[in-house]
Amino acid sequence: MLRRDAHPGVAPAAIFRRRTLADREDLLGRILLAPALIYVILLVAAPLALAILLSFSASFAGSLEFHWTGLRNFATIIQDPQFRLALRNTALFTVVSQALVIVLAVTAAHVLDAAFAGKRVVRFLLLLPWAVPVSLAAMAWTWIFDSTFSVINWTLRVAGLLDGWLYWFGDPTLAMIAIITVHVWRMFPFATVIVLAGMTAVPLDIREAAVIDGASFWRRLFQVNLPLLLPIITVSVLFGVVFTSTDLGVVWLLTRGGPYNSTHVLSTLAFQRGILGANLGQGAAIAIFLLPVLMLAAVGMLRVARRTEVGA
Amino acid sequence: MGYVEARNLHKHFGEVRAVDGVDLDVKEGELLVLLGPSGCGKTTLMRMIAGLEQPTSGEISIAGELVDEDVPPRARGIAMVFQSYALYPHKTAFQNIAFPLEAIGKSAGEIKRSVDWGAGMFGIRHLLGRRPRQLSGGERQRVALARSVVREPRVFLFDEPLSNLDAQLRAVARFELKQFQRQIGTTTIYVTHDQIEAMGLGDRIAVMNKGKVRQIGMPQEVYNYPVDTFVATFLGSPPMNLVQRDVHTIVGFRPETFLPKSAFPAEAPVETFQFRVREVEHLGSDRLIYGSLEGGFRSDATVISDIPSTITMPIVEGELHDFAVPRANLRTFDPQTGLRRDGRAA
Amino acid sequence: MTAMAPMTLTPQAVARRRKRRVLRGVKRIGLYLAAFAFTAFAVFPFYWMLLTSFKTNRDLYVGATDLSHIPWIFNETPTLQHVKLLLFGTPYLIWVRNTVLVGAVVVLITLVFAVPAGYALARLTGRWGERLGIGIFLTYLVPPTLLFIPFARVIAVLGLQNSPWALVLVYPTFTIPFCTWLLMGFFRSIPRDIEEQGMIDGYSRWSVIRKIVLPLAVSGILTAVIFAFTLVLQEFVYALTFISSVGKMTVSLGVPVALVRGDVFYWGSLMAAALITSIPIAIIYNLFIDRFIAGLTAGAVKG
Repeated sequence: MLRRDAHPGVAPAAIFRRRTLADREDLLGRILLAPALIYVILLVAAPLALAILLSFSASFAGSLEFHWTGLRNFATIIQDPQFRLALRNTALFTVVSQALVIVLAVTAAHVLDAAFAGKRVVRFLLLLPWAVPVSLAAMAWTWIFDSTFSVINWTLRVAGLLDGWLYWFGDPTLAMIAIITVHVWRMFPFATVIVLAGMTAVPLDIREAAVIDGASFWRRLFQVNLPLLLPIITVSVLFGVVFTSTDLGVVWLLTRGGPYNSTHVLSTLAFQRGILGANLGQGAAIAIFLLPVLMLAAVGMLRVARRTEVGA
Repeated sequence: MGYVEARNLHKHFGEVRAVDGVDLDVKEGELLVLLGPSGCGKTTLMRMIAGLEQPTSGEISIAGELVDEDVPPRARGIAMVFQSYALYPHKTAFQNIAFPLEAIGKSAGEIKRSVDWGAGMFGIRHLLGRRPRQLSGGERQRVALARSVVREPRVFLFDEPLSNLDAQLRAVARFELKQFQRQIGTTTIYVTHDQIEAMGLGDRIAVMNKGKVRQIGMPQEVYNYPVDTFVATFLGSPPMNLVQRDVHTIVGFRPETFLPKSAFPAEAPVETFQFRVREVEHLGSDRLIYGSLEGGFRSDATVISDIPSTITMPIVEGELHDFAVPRANLRTFDPQTGLRRDGRAA
Repeated sequence: MTAMAPMTLTPQAVARRRKRRVLRGVKRIGLYLAAFAFTAFAVFPFYWMLLTSFKTNRDLYVGATDLSHIPWIFNETPTLQHVKLLLFGTPYLIWVRNTVLVGAVVVLITLVFAVPAGYALARLTGRWGERLGIGIFLTYLVPPTLLFIPFARVIAVLGLQNSPWALVLVYPTFTIPFCTWLLMGFFRSIPRDIEEQGMIDGYSRWSVIRKIVLPLAVSGILTAVIFAFTLVLQEFVYALTFISSVGKMTVSLGVPVALVRGDVFYWGSLMAAALITSIPIAIIYNLFIDRFIAGLTAGAVKG
């Protein structure tokens, strides 16, 4: 197959040029990375530091003055029953909704993993809640839970399950149920899709081996699938915890913290005090209480990342 | 003095010494094969010559010029063919071959002529309009070769370029590659872990293990006179038989030299062994006999005899046979160091 | 060889098989029911948006105490009046324009920062780059809730209150980390060999990036564009904090807070807005979700 022809005799161009900046990987890497890094440091790290600083100061919107007050903001809010309620609500909403999300997502992923017709359509529909802007979704739910026109009330009454009337946003417990419902609705499809992705990453032969070994469904679930899925479930839960515990939109649009300020969470309370009430210092102090949660989540994610790296 | 030279070359990745003090002289126009098991450092060595890795210490020169970290890959006058062929997936075969020419600022006309020449050499003119994913493995390899040749490099670097081809195609491609290199006469370094490829292709072979070059020489020389037990067992299939004769000596002989005594003329200078046959494998062109030596040798060391089909005498499993090795084919090694002890060299 | 006996089943075996088949059928039905239940929960609000958007007011505003009036269906012929009102009687189209403008600028800024950073982390910075990459991704987790208060201060100092430029400045704080992470995954998936071949073929690393890496990363960059844009589209908290005049709002802020007459919502138009805004995003998400998840979970799945 090889044919010997004369080369057309193109003179090779001069080589042996020295290296330039464009060749120097280490330097090039730093130069390419620097702008993004600086942006993140200036507009995430610095504001975060500023938030901490503000929480130790008496600072008000509209004035640029800045008085160091030490722990006074914290002392004030810790005394404040409103704040304690918000702290409790944040924890409650996050824990309950994430627990529900895990159960729903793992179950839904197993259902979807079993091959059946229309799987793609179902997956598309499951993604809807996550794709829709949270503020618009919150409005849809506000309308669904409307005190006069609630379709839920109508359906419950027709089904004979309800005699009286449910004022969803007029009763603290009902309002909390509504908020948790929306959080679960928004997070579980995303978690399902992530768990599903993790399941396809579990080698099929491992799963098939378990089936052939005659392991029952529950044993397969708890001894094979769940342990293998643990890293990916952890990641999706940590995401969920971060997004739920810091969420402002759902509570704000559904209840504005009401009725009687009973459903405030840290973020809405911080917004009310810090932005609407113009007391930046106190708002910052309230928001700062979310920091430990975020740090734990970050550490959790790093550990998962590291462990899978070692195991790989 | 070599055309490509490495002097006391080291590359350490943390604790791992991938290349651990290599000296290498590649002569102008020769095809040198770097042979060794995976992880022996052969690819790292080649990548340092290419400039893709920087040595931890030591020096490399190409055509008498020192190529240190100040000379990037693009300026070393090398061409490289990767195991994966590394064709640019978004470019046609023509654009792939033209790409290195564009880098040195050739005119469109020159590029067209050069690509045509390179493509003609490998018989792929009709494929120039296709993209890599529309090409078969063999065709991809030819495009990669054409791309490497058009820029007229001073040195070719091949990193296992045949290992992605199926076995049938590989033999043909090996032959073509050798022909091509002979014709074009460009200094070539070829990395492989396949000893058959190495024996067939190389003007010389450098056998590497654990980051060091153990032996360098012509294929027959390395095959017949391995410097140590590693080279002895790495080359040849089945490998050289090694049996410990006493505390001071390991005896080595190739399976194809270890034949029934009756196959040798009576007066031939041979060493005779008592061979307890365990199993006979019929492979068509030859027979492989597995067993162990008796008479002072350790009985758990398996010894293999490779008998060509022209020798038809019956061999019975389980029985003791007289086998012999010509004296000239016997090697002795030091059990402590593994080094060959009989003085003879090529 | 002896002839093989014909295969037969004992009556017990037949019964066992029948039982197994029935059981499998039951399982199958259960599976469909479960899938239906999950889907129904996820889709219900969208169905509700759809109904509300096209129902006449008379059909819409019937108190739920009237059990004879079924709210789940159209009781009167569907109408386009809410959609018309939304498009021509409200600032919705202005909000759409604002969102697109802010989105476009933010996407541009994001690409300028995230593409080089993603590549640097994928290829040029080695071990410490890997850690830094995780660090940058973690900043994506720092929520608006922690940042809107200090930002309020920064924005005030810069005099950007009630200006879309405030959003343009702030939105990249989450799009850059997110897209950097996503792009890093895409760049890693380009075979190293191809880039090294480019360097052997006579190009510097920088030329290789321009001539080989970027053309090969087009689909990845497109994914980043899409997700950056949808993140902007979904953002609510910063918009709520910084934008106060109706004419400068984005869709996700304007629809929930400004589609009111006094304290009465235009539910029909509001739901139409939610629907019109969500459907394109949902379709785009579905097209890109596999790549997105692959990028997002890269750290968890293979490290």
